[in-house]
Amino acid sequence: MNITRRRMLVLLPAAAVAWKYVLAGTPEASPNYQMTEHWWAMLIDITKCIGCGSCVRACQLENHVPDGYFRTWVERYHIEDWEMEYPKVDSPDGGKNGFPVAKETGGKNFFVPKMRNQCADSPCTQVCPVGATFVTPDGVVLVDQKYCLGCRYCVQACPYGCRFINPKTETANKCTLCYHRITKGLTTACCEVCPTGARQLANLKDPKDPIHEFLQTHSVQVLKPYLATRSKCFYYGLDGAVR
Amino acid sequence: MKAFKDTGHLFRVAAVFLAGFIAFLVLRSLLVPHSFGRYGHYRADAIGEIAALPISYAGHQTCETCHSEVVDVKNKGVHKGVACESCHGPQAKHADDPGSVVPDKLDTSMLCPRCHQTNVAKPKSFPQVDAAEHSGGAACNTCHQPHTPAIGAGGSQ
Amino acid sequence: MQVPVEGFMYPNEIELQWSVLIVLYPFLTGLVAGAFILASLERVFRVEAVKPTYRLALLTALAFLLVAPLPLQLHLGHPERSYEMYLTPHRSSAMAMFGFVYLWYLLAVLVLEIWLDYRRDIVVLSQTTTGWRRLIYRVLTLGSTNISPRALHIDERAGWLITVIGIPSAFLLHGYVGFIFGSVKANPWWSSPLMPVVFLFSAMVSGIAVVMLLYMLVSSLRKEPIDMGCVDTVAKYLFYTFVIDFSLEMLDLIHRIYEADESFRSLDFMVHTRLYFSQVVLQIFIGTLLPITLLGLTQVLKLTPMVRKQIYVLSGCLTLIGIFAMRWNVVIGGQLFSKSFLGYTTYKMGFATREGLLTAIVLTVLPFVFLWVLVKLLPPWPERDSGALPDATPAH
Repeated sequence: MNITRRRMLVLLPAAAVAWKYVLAGTPEASPNYQMTEHWWAMLIDITKCIGCGSCVRACQLENHVPDGYFRTWVERYHIEDWEMEYPKVDSPDGGKNGFPVAKETGGKNFFVPKMRNQCADSPCTQVCPVGATFVTPDGVVLVDQKYCLGCRYCVQACPYGCRFINPKTETANKCTLCYHRITKGLTTACCEVCPTGARQLANLKDPKDPIHEFLQTHSVQVLKPYLATRSKCFYYGLDGAVR
Repeated sequence: MKAFKDTGHLFRVAAVFLAGFIAFLVLRSLLVPHSFGRYGHYRADAIGEIAALPISYAGHQTCETCHSEVVDVKNKGVHKGVACESCHGPQAKHADDPGSVVPDKLDTSMLCPRCHQTNVAKPKSFPQVDAAEHSGGAACNTCHQPHTPAIGAGGSQ
Repeated sequence: MQVPVEGFMYPNEIELQWSVLIVLYPFLTGLVAGAFILASLERVFRVEAVKPTYRLALLTALAFLLVAPLPLQLHLGHPERSYEMYLTPHRSSAMAMFGFVYLWYLLAVLVLEIWLDYRRDIVVLSQTTTGWRRLIYRVLTLGSTNISPRALHIDERAGWLITVIGIPSAFLLHGYVGFIFGSVKANPWWSSPLMPVVFLFSAMVSGIAVVMLLYMLVSSLRKEPIDMGCVDTVAKYLFYTFVIDFSLEMLDLIHRIYEADESFRSLDFMVHTRLYFSQVVLQIFIGTLLPITLLGLTQVLKLTPMVRKQIYVLSGCLTLIGIFAMRWNVVIGGQLFSKSFLGYTTYKMGFATREGLLTAIVLTVLPFVFLWVLVKLLPPWPERDSGALPDATPAH
């Protein structure tokens, strides 16, 4: 890995320009980001997840998530034969350091990454008493850290268990879809580090986004569809036993 | 005004309530944040505040602007789709100041098994080994070059 | 701080969000609604027998209503931001709308009704007392000393109107608390259209019980004979309300057991294990079936006043325990099981912490302290306590 001095002189300015763009401020000021051109979603391919926990670690580092709380986590399922209503599930420390060797052999086993579900009809925003959690015009559910009272009603209302109260700020916290990254042309931290491409960020308003083709040619599922949250976190290969 | 005789006290109560209501309206106009309600029932400035948060992972495109020979090596192997920071961790600080912020040296015996240790829940087609059996305790990069891990493909480091 | 978890829970669910303070809050507002409904029995439905409890019931409701926001404030992550609920209430949020229901009930119903009912006494006291007490009463008169018969008649009519508005307001007050839980579709232990109704009836039961107990206690402290006609009537209303409340709760239970949807197995296990003592023993047997049976006995058997009084005291106390247990089972029970229906956690209640047991005990005692102050300030039975009131001064 030998970078010659000459090469550095050429590459550094290019990198500096790219970096400056990355560090650009608010979405309104960011050169090319228009909220109305985006409707963010996520595609998770269960058949590719290897349960390495890289996504959990990356999210914690990128978003300064306190220990013991999770904006994303990985679950491991073990299903004996046809007993779909009685799966054995575990998630040691959210899957942050991978999973220990399973004791069960046989049956059906797989990993399921979980995260905030990007609900378009979000129950948590419905119950927030002051408007501290909201859906942005580009489809991301965010929490206003300066306005949240910490009443915890939103945590109770989330059917997926993806919200928590940050003990340092005493306010509600959840996956922000790395809003500070996606508005600058980067992808989310979890998608960036996923080694198998099990996680894919998608912009439903971009006609060239590969998700449209994928949704048309594959059977996809969302978690708890009967609760009609219009979740935009699409799973491919989600077994019916997944809670 | 016979109907209103002896009702003076009721008007006083009404006046107290009215004063309270007006005080509430005044307080409201003073205390509600200005950007509230611009896009919906929330403080619109919060969107900007959240978007301005600092970044820890630089993103593989940024790495590739300087380290293009690594990219060339990687693209020939099966780790083509694995982002740089997947193994090297968050490197935004390094990208910001490549001279003084140097990434840590990685320990492959800890790093590689996280993905490649055999686990019944992993997809069958994914390359998995039992680390202890496979290498007898030797570090993975003794035989494998992480950027192009197939034996004999790019040569060991 | 490792919490013992059985089975699997989503990682963020392990720690409980709502503590014993959130159990206390519906308990206190329930007492308010119940006490007010009892007071309205006399005012609107002309049940003369319960008249001796009228003013005491109103003051009890006020004392509890003033303390009710305290557990909420102590529970919030940022209590200094709680005013936001009034400035930018989110209209789709039951919690935000409840803030206004509370304010409406406190000011437009309870305070106004108490003021109108006590106005004559306040005016008289503002002229007969001295020092700082005189100042308080003078402020309370709002500057009007008109207590002519016609003015008092207007007060009585206005008070009647407010009580009529107050009854649905009291229903709304506590029904809303039930709706805050009942509208959460994510939680099958809470999500039910019956929840507001069950909360309301259990509120009425607890409110009637507490006023009955307080009346008997205050009368014995003042060495006054207890009006048996009054307590017999109050106990009768307690009995009937309790039967309705119990029927509603059993309806919910039977419906759940019969339909046995995906959450049932998990909830059933929880009730049989972690919630067994508080739900089956405390709430159902000791807190509901036992007082209903005892009260039922007083309705069918001819018992001496002494025995009846003892039964009323015992039933009243058991009722309060049972209704508190019901709130506990709803709030805490709803957080003990995982939304994946695959696991259970434990509630670790602190003692001297912000949301601990000691705080809960202090907040339960505090309304009685407030009540004592209110009774001293606005005596429910002025003629007996401080002698006959001097004749009212004519209107200016």
